[in-house]
Amino acid sequence: MQFGILVNEGPYQHQASDSAYHFAAAALEQGHEVPRVFFYMDGVHNGNRLQEPQQDDRNLVRRWSELAEAHGIDLVVCVAAALRRGVKDEILASGFRISGLGQLVEAGIQTDRLVTFGD
Amino acid sequence: MSEEMDLEQGGDMKRFMFVNRKAPHGSIYALEALEVVLIAAAFDQDVSLAFLDDGVFQLRQGQNAKALDMKNFAPTFRALDDYDIEKLYVERESLDERGLSEDELIVPVEVVDRARMSALMTEQDVVMSF
Repeated sequence: MQFGILVNEGPYQHQASDSAYHFAAAALEQGHEVPRVFFYMDGVHNGNRLQEPQQDDRNLVRRWSELAEAHGIDLVVCVAAALRRGVKDEILASGFRISGLGQLVEAGIQTDRLVTFGD
Repeated sequence: MSEEMDLEQGGDMKRFMFVNRKAPHGSIYALEALEVVLIAAAFDQDVSLAFLDDGVFQLRQGQNAKALDMKNFAPTFRALDDYDIEKLYVERESLDERGLSEDELIVPVEVVDRARMSALMTEQDVVMSF
């Protein structure tokens, strides 16, 4: 099955990004596909490579980048939400790209299930 | 359409329901949810909106966001008709719990009970909840 994922919360403050990551990793582990993860609202902060969590904590941004590289996931950050919050191309972590909300709707149309992680 | 998804294009019409659960102000959920709704309509999908919990306040008449120095986006709901979005469902229990009635809303809606709302969600292909 193909899963699209929508993440609406930033890292650390909410568990949404953690849960979305674990869901994606588990789905891939079981042989499903995750062609795209769309980051919206405060979720756009998940693409900011400048984050430096403490050594003994998980690095959410790097974790997404690594998952994307391993499985060819398209990590899309919403342009309108990103501009509002100062997230720009020059601070994006690897594997992330900025694009429009159409990419979210497209994921809804093309995948079997769209799963939202938010507040 | 991106190439990397490598999926069939065109002719796909899905039923999208956008579930609005938050008050219009106090957080950005309502405003940014509405932005997705407008894009989905541009993709010629079968779009409906559901309002429940504090989300029913989004449709309340007489909103004045000036005191908050925020954008009053409630009038946008009146423009949804122009985007061929005509299915607006409001949960009766959520209205009742907040002392609101249908005639206090800024647009015509279909008031449904909780069981009917649940059934409507089940009929959808994609449900996005904000």
